[in-house]
Amino acid sequence: MSALAALYAGYSSLILLAGVAALLALSVYVTLMAGQLSLGNAALAAIGGYTAAILTRDHHVPLWPAVLAAAAVATAAAVAIGIPALRLRGIYLALATLAFGEVVRAAALNLKITGGALGLINIPPLAGFWQVYGALAGAALFFYRLERSRVGRAFAAIREDEAAARAMGIKVTHYKVLAFAIAGGLAGVAGALAAHFAYVITPAQASFTEAVNILTFAVVGGTSTFVGPMAGGVLLTVLPEALRGLREERLLLDGAILMAVTIYCPNGISDPRLWRWRRARR
Amino acid sequence: MTVFLQQLVNGISLGSVYALFAVGFTLVFGVLEIVNLAHPAVLAVGALVAYTLLSTLGVGLPLAIAGTLLATGLLGLALDAAAFRPLRARRAGPLASLITSIGAALILVSAAQRVWGTEPLGYPPGIVPLRFFSAGGVTISLLQIVILGTVMVLVVALRLLMTRTRVGIAIRAVAENPETASLLGVPFNRVVAFTLFLTSALGGVAGLLVGMLFQGSVSPFMGDTYGLKGLAAIILGGMGDITGAMLGGLAIGVGEVMIVQYLSSSYRDAVAFGLLFLVLVIRPTGLLGQQRSREA
Repeated sequence: MSALAALYAGYSSLILLAGVAALLALSVYVTLMAGQLSLGNAALAAIGGYTAAILTRDHHVPLWPAVLAAAAVATAAAVAIGIPALRLRGIYLALATLAFGEVVRAAALNLKITGGALGLINIPPLAGFWQVYGALAGAALFFYRLERSRVGRAFAAIREDEAAARAMGIKVTHYKVLAFAIAGGLAGVAGALAAHFAYVITPAQASFTEAVNILTFAVVGGTSTFVGPMAGGVLLTVLPEALRGLREERLLLDGAILMAVTIYCPNGISDPRLWRWRRARR
Repeated sequence: MTVFLQQLVNGISLGSVYALFAVGFTLVFGVLEIVNLAHPAVLAVGALVAYTLLSTLGVGLPLAIAGTLLATGLLGLALDAAAFRPLRARRAGPLASLITSIGAALILVSAAQRVWGTEPLGYPPGIVPLRFFSAGGVTISLLQIVILGTVMVLVVALRLLMTRTRVGIAIRAVAENPETASLLGVPFNRVVAFTLFLTSALGGVAGLLVGMLFQGSVSPFMGDTYGLKGLAAIILGGMGDITGAMLGGLAIGVGEVMIVQYLSSSYRDAVAFGLLFLVLVIRPTGLLGQQRSREA
């Protein structure tokens, strides 16, 4: 046990970051489940982070009420962009959510309450291992149930063929908004927790780069089950640190991993076929 | 009024560079239905290659433009072979190409860092003599004229290529319907490779022009800013539409300059992307775009 404690003491911020990355990957995964590609999740997480940070830092609200408030605000924002964005498909939806992210970033840069370009500092250190991984375990359980529920099957039906799903009597619009709402809530929680162990939050958290990172977690991990995005988030956070000796080549490696995974294992690293001793022939 | 006209001139010369860059985005989208997120990295590499040509080798501007066209064009071919072609072979969706293009962009930026370093670079002064012409209180610099002229020549050449040559017609046929074009004997893979060559060459020159317009802005990371603006331009103009992308680029350039002049510089991006979101929601095909039958 002491070895574990020592490991945690040495790498606590990395371990916490990995947990948050897994949560964020799940938030992008839930919209992918319903066939919707969103690049606005970083902005949603930033909205959650700012909300929670303002509550705990300036109004001395305890952590969990602040996290719930963050989730509520981020969910509201996600629904607000989700409803008009539902007229859009595929790449157009991705670009609209991207534009939303840029608006959030610009707003955070300019508003007084968000501290401008410097962001908010001195956020109380309220989130630790149990808070982050408790939330992640809760999310994992939620997804385990979701994938086997009526809602999860409706998401899958919409992803496979929207017209067919509609013909089967599935309320497509209803479920798409629901997917956005869940994504918003998760991103809000992740952003709120991250702010309380990083102690700072800046507008860069809503940037395009961050949004792409989150999407990468999900795609590299694989999007056939909820395990994939979690594995992707953890791996892509820990791997660059483990390869710290190759810091110079960090970007190069990231790029190569992204390309290799997308081209050679299209179902992500969590694809069960990759982990058998002998790969089944197709 | 003079201020307005002056800013209009400034906006158009900035916008013409955005337009040149956006054309590359839109052509690839038109042909492959993918958003090539490595395009901004190609812009940066173009600006850096031009830096080597202009500063280290000391060649003149026409030769530098030609060299950049060729270098980034070849880069485009490599990009297609490494990032897009393997996915086409597997008939993967547009999301996969989006991700491989992000991967390719990371590799390009990191390689550029290795070659040119991370410090911002500037082109040697005097490539274009510092001369100004004014009429009725509006001043235009020789640099702005050179930039506008270069963009115009390239755009006219592109237009002629697309309408008058076999390869241009092949590109348009593939954009219209890849299956039918293949059935009619258009070599799909070669057309796509050529499209990447063409768009990357234009993107590289756009990088050179940006580097001349903003002294000391050339670095491996310069693509980030222009990537978002290019996307905004093609959304505004309608995805896949060349004229639309050019007008979109001009509109963004002029709009940016005007917002800074008449509103506030800090809300520049918020206004631009807020409008963009509205355009997408109200008219998803862009202001000029037409409904594409394949979308539904």
